Amino acid sequence: MPIEVLADVAANTRLSPDYNVIELAAPAIARIAQPGQFVMVKAADGLDPLLRRPFSIFERLRDRDGAISGLSLLNKCIGRGTSQLYAAREGDKVSVLGPLGQPFVPVEPPAEAWMVAGGVGLAPFATLAEALAERRTPMTLFYGGRSAADLYYAALFERLGATLVLTTEDGTRGERGRVTAPLERALRSLAPQQSVTMYACGPTPMMRAVADIGGAANRKVFVSLEPVMGCGMGGCYSCVIPVRQGSGAHFVRSCLDGPVFEASNVVWERLPAGH
Amino acid sequence: MDLSIPIGSLVLKNPVIAASGCFGYGVEYADSVNLASLGGVAVKGLFLAEREGHAPPRIVETPSGMLNAIGLQGIGVHRFVAEKLPELRRLGATVFVNICGSTIAEYCEIARILSDAEGVGAIELNISCPNIKEGGIEFGCSLTGTHDVVSAVRKVTTLPVIPKLTPNVTSVAPFARAAEDAGADAVSLINTFLAMAIDVETRRPKLTNVVGGLSGPGIRPIAVRMVWDCYRAVKIPIIGMGGIATPEDALEFIIAGASAVQVGTANFVDPFIWSKILDGLSSYMERHGVSRMTDLVGSLDIPQRTHA
Repeated sequence: MPIEVLADVAANTRLSPDYNVIELAAPAIARIAQPGQFVMVKAADGLDPLLRRPFSIFERLRDRDGAISGLSLLNKCIGRGTSQLYAAREGDKVSVLGPLGQPFVPVEPPAEAWMVAGGVGLAPFATLAEALAERRTPMTLFYGGRSAADLYYAALFERLGATLVLTTEDGTRGERGRVTAPLERALRSLAPQQSVTMYACGPTPMMRAVADIGGAANRKVFVSLEPVMGCGMGGCYSCVIPVRQGSGAHFVRSCLDGPVFEASNVVWERLPAGH
Repeated sequence: MDLSIPIGSLVLKNPVIAASGCFGYGVEYADSVNLASLGGVAVKGLFLAEREGHAPPRIVETPSGMLNAIGLQGIGVHRFVAEKLPELRRLGATVFVNICGSTIAEYCEIARILSDAEGVGAIELNISCPNIKEGGIEFGCSLTGTHDVVSAVRKVTTLPVIPKLTPNVTSVAPFARAAEDAGADAVSLINTFLAMAIDVETRRPKLTNVVGGLSGPGIRPIAVRMVWDCYRAVKIPIIGMGGIATPEDALEFIIAGASAVQVGTANFVDPFIWSKILDGLSSYMERHGVSRMTDLVGSLDIPQRTHA
C-alpha cells in the first residue's frame, strides 16, 4: 500500500551541472521499499508542473544506528520537475508517494547477477545490489557513461561486493565504447552451466541491446523501464508498455505491471523512441 | 449534516465522484481509498469489446493542466462485469459505468448487459471523448445525435442514464436540454477540451495521436460557466467537473448549479484527495449554517447591477 510523505530534504548533492542525488526524510516509505521499486515525487507546490514525476528509489538511507532514515533519488535535469529537484535546498519539503511497482527479484547463488546500467539508469540498482549482497549472490555491475565524471557512485557498488566493469564513450575511464561490448565478451567466456540473470536500466537502445544479447545466449534479462507516467497508481493508463500477447502486442500499465519487465516479454519495436 | 444527493432513482451519500478515465476501474485504488466513502466511482470508459488504445506518448503536461490521448484502452464490458464489478460491489462502491459506442446499437447492448448485472449504480454515456472518432463524439456534437442515443438507451434500462457532454461545441446548454428531453436522469459535464501541443525543436506533435483532451485546473473557470449555463437550461441534476482540486473548487461548481461533482486529474497528483474534499465540504456547510447539501446547489447570488 503506497504512503504519501511530505519529506524534508535532508541533503542535496549536486554531482554535475545536471545530475544530483537528493536525500529525503521518508523513512516510512524506505522501510517497506523493495529493490527496484519507485516513488512519485512532487518537488514543489503549484500547477506547473502539475503532475508528480516517477523516480526509482536509489539508496535506502540509514542513520548512525543503522535504522532506516529515508531514501535518496538519483536525478537528472531534463525538464521542469527534475530542475526543481535539482534546485531543492536542505529543509525544503518534497511530496513522496510510494513505494510503487513490481520489484526486481534478486537471484540466489550459485546464480550470478549482472547489472547493466547506462547513466542515470544506475538508480534502481543500489537497492538490488544490497539485496544481492544479503544473499551473497556474486554480482557484476556493467556501468557505462559518456565520460569518467559521469560514472557516479561506482564505489558504492564496490563496497557492496560488486565486480565493476566500467565503460566511457570518450575512454576517460574504463573501456572506451559501449557497455554492451564487455557484456558480450563476458557472456562468451561464461561457462554454459553457470546460471546468470541480467538486470538492465538505461537508455532504451541500450536495454534493447542487452535484451538481444541475453536472449541470443538464452539468459534471463530483466529491464526497468521508464515511460512517461501520469499517476503511478494505475488510474490514468498513460505509462503503458507493449508486451507480447500471442503473435501481437498488448499494452500494460508500467506502474502496476512494471517498471520491471522480463525483457523477452517487451515488444521493443513498438516502444516509443523517446523512452 | 446531510451531504446526500439524489440523482434519478439513486441517492448518493455525498456529491463527490471519481471521474471516469482518471480512476482506472476503481479497484486499483482500493488499498488507498475507502471507495464506499465516495459519492460514486465512475469507471474507465467501456466499449462492448476490449480496446488497446493509442500508442504512447499518451499524455503531455501544460501549465495548470495536461493533455491526454489514451484512446479508451479498456477491457470491454463483459470482462468488466466478470472481473471488476464483483470487487467494486464488495467494496461498497456506488458504481457509475461510463460506456462508449460506435453505434447506438452498441450503447444499447452495453446498457442491457449492465442492467442485468449486479452492482451498477448508473450508466454514464460517453458521447464526448475527443480522442477517437468512434468514441461517441459524433453523437455528442449533434443535438439529434444526443437525443437519439439517450432515448435509445433510456428504453433499454431502468438504471439512471447520465450522458457526459463535450465542451467542444458552441453552446452546451442545448445539448443538456436535448438529453433532458430524451429522458436522461442527469447530465455530466464537461469532458476535456480538444487541444494540441507541439515540440518546436522537432516540429512534431507531443502526442502520438497529434491532438488530445485538455484537463486540469486551467479549464475550471470555463467548466463552471458551462455548468451555470446548463443549470439555467434544464431541471435534471448536473454533475459538474473540470479541474476540481480543492473543496472550494467543488463548491464553485455546486453553487453554479451542480448537484454533484467529479474529480479527475487532481487524483493523479493526490490519490488521497477524497477525504480532503469531503472534509472541506462539511466544514464549509458548518461554517455557513447549511444543513443540507442540496440547499447549496445553484445557490449563486448575483448582486443587482447598480447604475452610476
